[in-house]
Amino acid sequence: MTTSTPTQPTADQALPDEDVLLDVRGLKVHFPIKKGVLIDRTVGHVYAVDGMDLQIRRGETYGLVGESGCGKSTFGRAVLQLEEPTEGEVLFDGTDLASLRGEALRRQRRHMQMVFQDPLGSLDPRQTVEQLLLEGMRAHGLADDAKAARARLSALLDAVGLPKNALSKYPHEFSGGQRQRVGIARALSVDPKLIVADEPVSALDVSVQAQVVNLLEDLQEEFGLTYLVIAHDLAVVRHISDRIGVMYLGALVEEADADDLYTSPLHPYTRALLSAVPVPDPTVEDTREQILLAGDLPSPANPPSGCRFHTRCPWRQATRCDTERPQLRVVDLPGTPAGHRVACHWAEQIASGELRPHDVDMELTDQTLTAGPVDTTLGAKGLTDTLP
Amino acid sequence: MTTQASTTAYPSGAGGGEPLLSVRDLTVTFGRGGRAFTAVDHVSFDVQPGQTVGLVGESGCGKSVTSLAIMQLLPSRGNTVSGTVSFAGEDLLSLSDAQMRDRRGRDLAMIFQDPLSSLNPVVPLGTQVAEVLQRHKGMKNAPAQKRAAELLDKVGIPDPTRRLKEYPHQLSGGMRQRALIAMALACEPRLLIADEPTTALDVTIQAQILALLKELVQDSGTALIMITHDLGVVAGLCDEVNVLYGGRIVERAGRHDLFARPRHPYTGGLLASIPRLTEERGRRLTPVPGSVADNIPWDHGCAFAPRCASEIGVCRERTPELVPDRPELGADRLLRCHNPLESNPLDDAPTTEESGA
Amino acid sequence: MTNPGPAPDLTPGVPTPSTTGATTDPTPDARRHGALGALADRKKKRIDALAEAGTISSEEGVSLWQSAWRRLRRDPVFLIGAVIVLLFVLVAILAPWLAPHDPRARDLIGQVTPATPIPEPQPGYPLGGDNAGRDMLSRLIVGSRQTLIVGVLATLGGLAGGLVLGTLAGGISGWVDTIVMRIVDVMLSIPSLLMAFSIAALFARPSQWTVILAIAIIQIPIFARLLRGSMMAQRHSDHVLAARALGVRRPAIVFRHMLPNSLGPVIVQGTLVLAVSIIDAAALSFLGLGNPDDSIPEWGQMLGKAQTFFNTYPHIAVYPALCIIVVALGFTLMGESLREALDPKSRR
Repeated sequence: MTTSTPTQPTADQALPDEDVLLDVRGLKVHFPIKKGVLIDRTVGHVYAVDGMDLQIRRGETYGLVGESGCGKSTFGRAVLQLEEPTEGEVLFDGTDLASLRGEALRRQRRHMQMVFQDPLGSLDPRQTVEQLLLEGMRAHGLADDAKAARARLSALLDAVGLPKNALSKYPHEFSGGQRQRVGIARALSVDPKLIVADEPVSALDVSVQAQVVNLLEDLQEEFGLTYLVIAHDLAVVRHISDRIGVMYLGALVEEADADDLYTSPLHPYTRALLSAVPVPDPTVEDTREQILLAGDLPSPANPPSGCRFHTRCPWRQATRCDTERPQLRVVDLPGTPAGHRVACHWAEQIASGELRPHDVDMELTDQTLTAGPVDTTLGAKGLTDTLP
Repeated sequence: MTTQASTTAYPSGAGGGEPLLSVRDLTVTFGRGGRAFTAVDHVSFDVQPGQTVGLVGESGCGKSVTSLAIMQLLPSRGNTVSGTVSFAGEDLLSLSDAQMRDRRGRDLAMIFQDPLSSLNPVVPLGTQVAEVLQRHKGMKNAPAQKRAAELLDKVGIPDPTRRLKEYPHQLSGGMRQRALIAMALACEPRLLIADEPTTALDVTIQAQILALLKELVQDSGTALIMITHDLGVVAGLCDEVNVLYGGRIVERAGRHDLFARPRHPYTGGLLASIPRLTEERGRRLTPVPGSVADNIPWDHGCAFAPRCASEIGVCRERTPELVPDRPELGADRLLRCHNPLESNPLDDAPTTEESGA
Repeated sequence: MTNPGPAPDLTPGVPTPSTTGATTDPTPDARRHGALGALADRKKKRIDALAEAGTISSEEGVSLWQSAWRRLRRDPVFLIGAVIVLLFVLVAILAPWLAPHDPRARDLIGQVTPATPIPEPQPGYPLGGDNAGRDMLSRLIVGSRQTLIVGVLATLGGLAGGLVLGTLAGGISGWVDTIVMRIVDVMLSIPSLLMAFSIAALFARPSQWTVILAIAIIQIPIFARLLRGSMMAQRHSDHVLAARALGVRRPAIVFRHMLPNSLGPVIVQGTLVLAVSIIDAAALSFLGLGNPDDSIPEWGQMLGKAQTFFNTYPHIAVYPALCIIVVALGFTLMGESLREALDPKSRR
């Protein structure tokens, strides 16, 4: 993966069409906040995803990082049409998924699959691995020939490194890493082009995480898969991704090649995020400088005006930051490739050292609206009435 | 179980002086008879005043059970605890429930992974913090509330007097964990046990909390037992690190020594299996094969043997003991391995270019 | 938890990787065929991967129900409940052969006088007789049949109705859910026994079947609400989301994933409702809404008839009451331990 796709620096963000597998334009997912005893009244919205533009090339791994509540999981689900987008287009291989309904959408699902964070919760506890794997194949007519289906089952198990006798087992009989392998095999069972992996390793033991990371890399090479990896762990994302997008309160704040992002982060939030990741090396830990962000993520139901990050930004300026929402743009800095885009008014001045960080007063956010992790609770509510 | 020699092999306190907490041969067994399961198996370690000791391991290694046993917070039925836990010269395991209740919160305090479920959801924050002060320090309500506000301020909760009247659900995860730390520190305990305090938090919030803990340890001289699975957290915080596997300590070293030269294959495997931001991209991760479900019992040999790349014949025949390691690799190192690593696995890690097709 | 020694299933027998996509994929992509040279390499990697995943015991898989049953077999509470229920069922089946006398024969009618309406216990009639001179013991034994039939049929009826309504509400959601659940709410807002009386009283001639029907109907909303709630929880679970992402058709999601995973609490409730049905049936019979023909004995009906003589001869009320209590307890014990066994938190 890291070697197979040489990244071609393109002049413009709009990549050549034949190269792009997934093209998301202006995607918004807003969840209504309802109140009322008899008749529900919409009193506001949670702006979970609020204007996302993102292109993923065929065969590449795109890493999406951000903290809980930034809308990254909702975005992943909206791409797969498991969450109905409020606005925007999701062009997959040229087809706008957001406009598809019913059977047409169901047929498209074959081409894009999901790997979940919780390997146990995402596997039906009452089905054997065989039933789990056959289900998707049956739904898309891939299991009509019983003999071919058997061969495919064993090829799938083989691909994810599980022994044959796993077929008759139930999910609770596996270890966490093995369950995640079953989940990956299920995603592969319908022969998808795109896999959205939502925190694929964060629920696993440290020693097992590397098994799954390596497996994902091998499978990409073997089947020519395209990945959208959503995670909060920057080290993991940087390891497996070709390009990385950093998300904050529903939108991208920076997008760059994996190496660029680490060596020259341009957005203040990216800098803070990178500096906060603990490094398993005491010498590094003792010497490195941390940018400690003040306070918490503001409520996505009431996002700050202007730049969403200005309430916590150590580089916040008196003008523009709180009034004008910055768009992703290519900065005018020597040595910055065109693929490196950032949504910050002052990126050039911060990078050149012209602007210095200052102290930030902690501003408290009212947590009553966002008491739970927004990604899951509200996401779940959104599902209720949109079965395919 | 096989005979244990861990007590004799254990060296006297690292920094000289009397340790604040001295755990010897702590063993916790759940269940009885044929279905008994030893979660913690003859674990011994010392904590000096002001020292930060890390207990590191994955799920099921016994790190949390160890801390609960020290605090005597394990359920009273269905388990047996043996060994000694002497805190300032007093064996905690021999204290009565009432005596232990006096110590908890005053001399020893604990913070947990999930701050929301550790706080009472229907009681305002101020009352919960003040309660600790009233219980252990005999303070009246009004001064206790005032002190509570000071504590919240100390842990970095803005506008503390207003926060006192709020309920836990009105705070964010990071603020809740701060509030819990404030409660734990209310009586200036001499020992604080932190069980995965940042696992449920985001990285930027985690950095805040770790910085806070570090500052508190430095300022107040509180000893800290840090329980975590995250080697990055350990690297920045702990003076001494104990790596647990299958209920036993498999390696102990100072943090610089441990990360420079991991000796146990499990420690080395953990370090080689995590990607890190500071390295060049392209190194292929070296996972530890299998999972904890593949362990063999310690009395058949080394529990880690089935997953170990350095396994030799003796590993499945004889139980390795925790013995002092080569002194030139660091002071007071202990190791439980028949065939330890002779070089840092990261130095000769393969890259994707080499191993990939 | 341990599995000493290398697993037997790590040995090769690995098909060539090129079969992975080619055998089934209708449009094989050129990328998916591994070059021949890389084949041996791949094979080696595969074997490494197999070892990496860790071992899996070679026994057959154990489903959740099987593992619940394994736990139940050792649970003394369940065993006590099961023994009581089993005895009850056996007695009900074998009643005609177990009963020492014909329950309809007025053997002791000679001893029934206005002064002593209830015959005393005597040799051959250990529990005495009733006010019609019939053997008490035989009536109790034979009465178990009617009680069992009423309890089981009423519960099954309630369960069936509840399953239909609950699946409709939980599976389709939207306005169907709203309508079904409002009906259920209305039913739940009426006290259940009162409703059972009303239903039973609608029929001109009370019979055993009116009792069954009345009790079945009052159980429907309980089952429906329970099933709907547990299906809603399933709807939000990751595995249902995964099935949607796979493109599984909606009826299949409802019937293959949501319903089977929602049945646990419903089945537990079923065992508890069996006990309640028997008690409710007794209550209806007691109030005279049951089968008026007392030649076919039933415990509730016996209890009802006993009230006339309760002050002077309490024992004729105590016997059927005890039977009802013990049988209800048996079902309740079974239900409670079943609930515990099916609770994933208590596993292991």
